[in-house]
Amino acid sequence: MLGLIGKRLLQLVFLLFGISFLVFMSMHLAPGDPATIIGGPTATESDLDAIRAELGLNNPILVQYLDYIRGVVQGDLGYSFQNNQSVSESIATRFPQTLNLAIASMVVAVLIGVPAGIISAIKQNSWFDVSSTTIALAGISIPNFWLGAMLILIFSVELQWLPVGGLNAPFWTIEGMKQLILPAITLGTASAAMIARMSRSAMLEVIRADYIRTARAKGVRKNVVVWVHALRNAMIPVITVIGLNFGFLLGGTIITEQVFAINGVGRLMIDAIAARDFPVVQGTVLLVATLFVIVNLLVDIIYAFIDPRISYD
Amino acid sequence: MADSNTLTSEQVYANKKESKKEKMIVKTAKRLLKNKLAVFGLIIIIIQVILAVFAPLFATYDPIKQDLTNAELGIGSDGHWLGTDNYGRDVWSRIVFGARISLLVGIGSVGLGLLGGIALGLVSGYFKKLDGIIMRFVDLLFAFPGILLAMLIIAMLGTSLVNVVIAISIWSIPTCARIVRGSVLSIKKQEYILAMKSLGASNFRILVKHVLPNCTAPIIVFATMRMATAILSTAALSFLGLGAQPPTAEWGAMIAAGQDFMFTSPHLTIVPGIAIMLVVFAFNVVGDGLRDALDPNMDLDQ
Repeated sequence: MLGLIGKRLLQLVFLLFGISFLVFMSMHLAPGDPATIIGGPTATESDLDAIRAELGLNNPILVQYLDYIRGVVQGDLGYSFQNNQSVSESIATRFPQTLNLAIASMVVAVLIGVPAGIISAIKQNSWFDVSSTTIALAGISIPNFWLGAMLILIFSVELQWLPVGGLNAPFWTIEGMKQLILPAITLGTASAAMIARMSRSAMLEVIRADYIRTARAKGVRKNVVVWVHALRNAMIPVITVIGLNFGFLLGGTIITEQVFAINGVGRLMIDAIAARDFPVVQGTVLLVATLFVIVNLLVDIIYAFIDPRISYD
Repeated sequence: MADSNTLTSEQVYANKKESKKEKMIVKTAKRLLKNKLAVFGLIIIIIQVILAVFAPLFATYDPIKQDLTNAELGIGSDGHWLGTDNYGRDVWSRIVFGARISLLVGIGSVGLGLLGGIALGLVSGYFKKLDGIIMRFVDLLFAFPGILLAMLIIAMLGTSLVNVVIAISIWSIPTCARIVRGSVLSIKKQEYILAMKSLGASNFRILVKHVLPNCTAPIIVFATMRMATAILSTAALSFLGLGAQPPTAEWGAMIAAGQDFMFTSPHLTIVPGIAIMLVVFAFNVVGDGLRDALDPNMDLDQ
């Protein structure tokens, strides 16, 4: 077990270097001279030279990369081209909103997806099963930015129950929860659908297994078999899907934040992409990708922990 | 002696092979048509293709022509059955031309992605020496969740619809490469491949003529499902202002523009969203149906 974790951590370090290199290179190979973006249209050639020297843009690219990594390790992600603010600070002030949204969506996704999938499997081919699998397919197909707009239209514009957007109150207050409900449903729907599909097929597979038939044959009640014997084994692949979905949700916050005007990392990224503000794009993409691989690593470890049959050799 | 009426053994063999292939296609089609949801999906896809190909015939107005005297007409208005937007552009005509854009972007990005993914998957599955490097590269691409990789590429290339196609195609590469590699690994150990090798066939010939045809089933399923993702992501990126730029009639961009008029003209947001959902749903259910239809383990009922 410890060997597995050690091996995975080592791989993680390499992967993080790879990610940072890829992100760094793609920003540096992008057309457009950062000096002209910072200097603006009025900058003279000598101004531009001064900016280039200050940013170290005349150094070989590998040296620039190593400088960047040295900064990243110390928590310095550089400065925005647009307003010269520290990228780390901008991210730090916005990240709580993004994390808040991602976790709330995860809760929505699990609370809807897992029970729906299990009931579907137990009552295979019933009306519940047919409608829930069809709704799940629709849930995967629905554009979440549109779903968000529709929810706003119904619950904020027509019924006026919930606020149109924004996320600034803490989530434990009534106001914070009200602000969180629509964005969490918007972002969580697709994940709920994926989790439901996975739970259903995992449960179906387990229910047909020999040991379940044995348990029934020796007289264990049906409910006990389903909720005690089958569920534990069916949840193993579901946990993987839930873990992978957390990364997916982190990526999805980018769009949802835009719909609900939430000042999170995603909006920061979109604005930076439009303005070609490379240090901010670099910092935000690096953050989301890093979180994603770390979550995946945790899922892998948990997976090996709950299912001793798994070995990663 | 072989006159014109008798077939040579080679022709017989070719015919047999052809008919076997045909049988396979007919069998798959029959199974697919038994699936009601898949049939529903197929119908929607066919409608989209017809609208896309003959867009000028179905559109009643020029999709980008403004007519400010008729702005923000509601659904069912005279001459504009789906209403008009804030510039007086006919929503139906924009939906029709949007169908063309979404189909083209979908086919373009999935096609390019398949090309890259199949090439990488074949090479890494077949040549052990290259496997490690290629798969580490694929792992690296997998480290970016969902749409983030596409966004990084757009950040690099700039915002435009063509760049969206490139971005989504690159994002399709890792999954496709893994699928193809998996199939290649299981196929290359089979005896007939070893036989081809011992007969002196070149690697290229073995890969293209013998290995690739055996990976078609998973590739077809992947491509269909990927069309759904590609169309959805194009709309999402355009919604964010990173894809199609105004006045292009693109569904995601239409929703973004319509959001400002949600209080007065909600149909500007509702209609393109339904279009996206229907098409994405269609590709998803057909993909699901194809997976079941192409699965040899499902042969029991035949």
